[in-house]
Amino acid sequence: MYETTYHRAGSVADAAALLAKAEDAKLLSGGQTLLPTMKQRLAAPSDLIDVSRIAEMQGITDNGASISIGAATKHADVAGSTVVKQKLPGLAKLAGGIGDPAVRHMGTLGGSISNNDPAADYPAALLALGATITTSKRSLAADEFFTGLFETALDEDEIVVSVSFPVAQKSAYAKYPNPASRYAMAGVYVAKMGDGSVRVAVTGAGQGGVFRVPEMETALAGNFSASAVAGISVGADNLLSDIHGSNAYRANLVTVMAKRAVEAAG
Amino acid sequence: MSQISMVVNGKRVSGTVEDRTLLVSFIRENQGLTGTHVGCDTSQCGACVVHVDGKAVKSCTMLAVQANGSEVTTLEGVASGGELHPVQAAFREHHGLQCGFCTPGMIMSAIDMINRHGAGNLDEATIRHELEGNICRCTGYQNIVKAIKAASDQMAGMAQAAE
Amino acid sequence: MGVDGIGARVLRKEDKRFITGKGRYTDDMTAQGMGYAAFVRSPHAHARVKSIDSSAALDMPGVDAVLTGEQLVGDGIGNLICGWMIHSKDGSPMNMGAWRALEPEIVRHVGQAVAVVIADTQAQARDAADAVVVDYEELDAVVDPVAAMEAGAPQLHPEAPNNLIYDWEIGDETATNAAFDNAAHVTRMEIYNNRLVPNPMEPRAALAIYDSAEEHHTLYTTSQNPHVARLVLSAFYAIAPEHKLRVIAPDVGGGFGSKIYIYPEEMVCLWASKKVDRPVKWVSDRTEAFLTDAHGRDHRSVAEMALDANNNITGLRVKTVANLGAYMSLFSSSVPTYLYATLLSGQYNIPAIHANVKAVYTNTVPVDAYRGAGRPEATYLVERMMETAAREVGMSPADFRRKNFITQFPHQTPVIMCYDAGDYSATLDAAMNAIDYSGFAARKAEAASRGKLRGIGMSCYIEACGIAPSAAVGSLGAGVGLWESAEVRVNPVGTIEVLTGSHSHGQGHETTFAQLITERFGIGNDQVSIVHGDTDKVQFGMGTYGSRSGAVGMSAIVKALDKVEAKAKKIAAHLMEASEGDITIEGGELKVAGTDKKLTFTEVALAAYTAHNLPAGMEPGLKEGAFYDPTNFTFPAGTYICEVEVDPETGKTEIINFVAADDFGKVINPMIVEGQVHGGLTQGIGQALLENAAYDETGQLLTASYMDYCMPRADDLPAEFKLSTHETLCPGNPLGMKGCGEAGAIGSPPAVINAITDAIGSNALSMPATPEKVWQLCRAGMQQAAE
Repeated sequence: MYETTYHRAGSVADAAALLAKAEDAKLLSGGQTLLPTMKQRLAAPSDLIDVSRIAEMQGITDNGASISIGAATKHADVAGSTVVKQKLPGLAKLAGGIGDPAVRHMGTLGGSISNNDPAADYPAALLALGATITTSKRSLAADEFFTGLFETALDEDEIVVSVSFPVAQKSAYAKYPNPASRYAMAGVYVAKMGDGSVRVAVTGAGQGGVFRVPEMETALAGNFSASAVAGISVGADNLLSDIHGSNAYRANLVTVMAKRAVEAAG
Repeated sequence: MSQISMVVNGKRVSGTVEDRTLLVSFIRENQGLTGTHVGCDTSQCGACVVHVDGKAVKSCTMLAVQANGSEVTTLEGVASGGELHPVQAAFREHHGLQCGFCTPGMIMSAIDMINRHGAGNLDEATIRHELEGNICRCTGYQNIVKAIKAASDQMAGMAQAAE
Repeated sequence: MGVDGIGARVLRKEDKRFITGKGRYTDDMTAQGMGYAAFVRSPHAHARVKSIDSSAALDMPGVDAVLTGEQLVGDGIGNLICGWMIHSKDGSPMNMGAWRALEPEIVRHVGQAVAVVIADTQAQARDAADAVVVDYEELDAVVDPVAAMEAGAPQLHPEAPNNLIYDWEIGDETATNAAFDNAAHVTRMEIYNNRLVPNPMEPRAALAIYDSAEEHHTLYTTSQNPHVARLVLSAFYAIAPEHKLRVIAPDVGGGFGSKIYIYPEEMVCLWASKKVDRPVKWVSDRTEAFLTDAHGRDHRSVAEMALDANNNITGLRVKTVANLGAYMSLFSSSVPTYLYATLLSGQYNIPAIHANVKAVYTNTVPVDAYRGAGRPEATYLVERMMETAAREVGMSPADFRRKNFITQFPHQTPVIMCYDAGDYSATLDAAMNAIDYSGFAARKAEAASRGKLRGIGMSCYIEACGIAPSAAVGSLGAGVGLWESAEVRVNPVGTIEVLTGSHSHGQGHETTFAQLITERFGIGNDQVSIVHGDTDKVQFGMGTYGSRSGAVGMSAIVKALDKVEAKAKKIAAHLMEASEGDITIEGGELKVAGTDKKLTFTEVALAAYTAHNLPAGMEPGLKEGAFYDPTNFTFPAGTYICEVEVDPETGKTEIINFVAADDFGKVINPMIVEGQVHGGLTQGIGQALLENAAYDETGQLLTASYMDYCMPRADDLPAEFKLSTHETLCPGNPLGMKGCGEAGAIGSPPAVINAITDAIGSNALSMPATPEKVWQLCRAGMQQAAE
């Protein structure tokens, strides 16, 4: 790891000011992706701004029709939250399946979505549930937030503060992990919303990161059952291909995981 | 450079470190507690697991400055007054270690696992799943799983007896 | 037997330090004024080093020196050696290219070191290593060993035209061809044994300390055989004479073969510590381990098996290409020859065998022995062939194997080995009973009702370990003898230190070896300590690999104990005025049979050291040493059966049941033996399902971390390995031991692949059986069925 300068931010404003001032700063939340990247000398930020203890970025709030989760909330806390388990069990299960127990004690929602790793789990949940991301500057819909591989709509000096998840009628996530890294090779989040509409989002497989599958959404809106998506393939053309799985294999996994997510949603 | 201070195994310690110093380096090199190991660079193997503020974390994926002000427990700190922690004892009893290199992380993860699930509430499949972040190359895990199960059940028995 | 003697499940003495964080591994060692080494490594698989500019690095904070290969060669440091000479079938010696610890001219694999930085801290050393500017001229690379032999392929070493190291053969080609000419059935397969990375959890490390006043070096290092390291460092690399070099292998966190070899980094630390006159430490990170630790396996074979009309095997013909990587590692040449082709007879009576092995250079990390070393490759080939042949001729896999089992011992195979003892039917029966083989059809039907494909596959392995009679291995080209030494020191108060040339890096020698003493003298194992891993303490030894510490290392201890016992009895007889032949040892006491006269072991020991009243002419003291040279290899054997369920939608394989029935001869500590089998099975299952070192065509290792190299985890394995042992004693050593360290890794891969191919009904599966490969075969099968 190259040398860097660490700052512990006390508030979102404080963090934003530090971010604006430093030459090449990065926000440090759980650090579970950033620190390994820095250890491999693939990233060399001049400054690290630790946002993990900022009060306004903590906690889980039940707003009735939605649940708001602070960006610095750890995966383990989302997975263990009574309200999340009750109202969005699919989201709780997703959070409880990220990395391993030690990673879940450090890794955060905000860190995960700001990095937008194509194999991260959370982006699928945000996109499928139609979540709203509140930043230090504005509110953004998930559909606008994720813009590409490791790319988001965030400005350089913008910080994710919290995410609001609409409570779905039912929703679930199924993922097929990469056998080595255990990141998603294909993860599908399926949500049937209060108005009966269905949203399906896929992570781990797309060349451009997380994406929705309109054909599956339409099919499931008419018939919310595994058989409705069994014959729908996303096509291999825009999917990732690597030593762990070709794009054709990933296309198959997307269909299979979609079926399993629908079954799990009940 | 940063001046940091934390409680390690019940003892207040401090030091001046480069900001890039990993928690594991601070523990091993500044504190001389070499029971915590480094087995990989990518946060997968878990040989470096310690508890920070009561929760298992990978000390190779945390800066020492991030732990400034925290309470840290390493393998050296889990026995009390010369009495092995039940998980330590179970690893020996069930031959849950061979070369011993992954053992510190295994034991620290196991204690955390039992803390979270509650003593006596672990079955074989859950333990295997919970060990996703700990790699052992020697044992094939079977005796590690047995040791954790036995320790969990024994701790439940101890808790019951104490009531 | 005492409660802690031979056969007892004695808990490990060494555990206390490991479970309390008090283990002492190389990286835990420090020395006053210590600097850190960081290596400058090639990013290219094949390139000419045009220049190395260290000026910027030398200006960086804390940097002591930047040393290059030119300086290393200039100081007379020798090239790395391969210690086993193989001759090609035309009689010519193997073609070995030069391997320098720091390469000054041409790098031949990604990760090869060209320079080293010594600095005050590890971070400073790594920062400065990044700042060393190396100008490379890239050359074409070749990673496929078959392509490497073709005309026009990039050439790695001028000494090896067409990258061919040797073209070796074993067996009677004419007789084998005749068997095929007369065959009623021939089974033919192309078989790939995938490249693996050993991955002990402790990465390699070294701490070299130079004492300029004494001109003496001390090296703490992660070694399975510190004495061999000292020998090679002295005799071949010219680091220092042996009496000026102490090598200490303290607690070592696993080896699996990869810590046998003397690597460039450890050599460079020794040389550099003298050069900069300060202790130098180096600790490998995991990616460096992937790029520099010797890899394992990587065989491409074509195999043919001839059967007569009664399904008796009449011949086996094998052609193998072994990828040895960019350089010949220490024992690399022996692995695809004498450790491989000599086991091609398996457990079977095969009258004619011929094997041809071509060893080839490629622009990849050197390949050497990894847990099993040659025997897994042989077993995989033989057991995949047996399963396939059985299916082709319509026999049950068990019946076909049983029909061809060797049943008379000793049995001379056509490929050197003479099997001394075994009972292959017994282990086959035990395994089939343990897995309820006859109930499989019902389980398969039940799985099918859940949409899962269930399969069962077996592997009847044999391996050769306890390596090996020195004269025999010498005649086959080994540069060393493979005996072992031991010294038993009885202290004046009767406690005992056993010094052994074996080295424990997870095997539990401190416990198992002590059981021999408890068994012999009836004293508690807390009265015994096992000393190993330090060339200043133990006179010499050959170390631990090839499952040799029991059959060879413990045999040496037994020989030394025989001498101690004989002398102790003489002293006791003299003191008690009895006949030596009447002295018995029991429960820590020496007794005169038929009387109530007795002396404690302590009293006899004390008498030996006070020397006030010893038999006339007897030397004082009670300390004996022995060297033991084995009389033959030992031949562990057994049957493994694996039962899997495949999810045809994803191709994921789940191992539902796995049983192992092994014959290891005499077992000293069943608990430790079971642990060895668990670990071996897991590495074999890892090879079959998960692990693969993959290169792209330019020679970049695509699996250089745990993000991409799939290590077996707890949830990749069945709930329980069901183990049993069947004992036929090895007649070749005093304890009747065979060795258990590698069997699991040797026998399990074909059982897994045979089970998956049984489940999916397609045989075209290579290791590792990744979900995608299995899914593709399932899909092809379904398409075929639909047509």
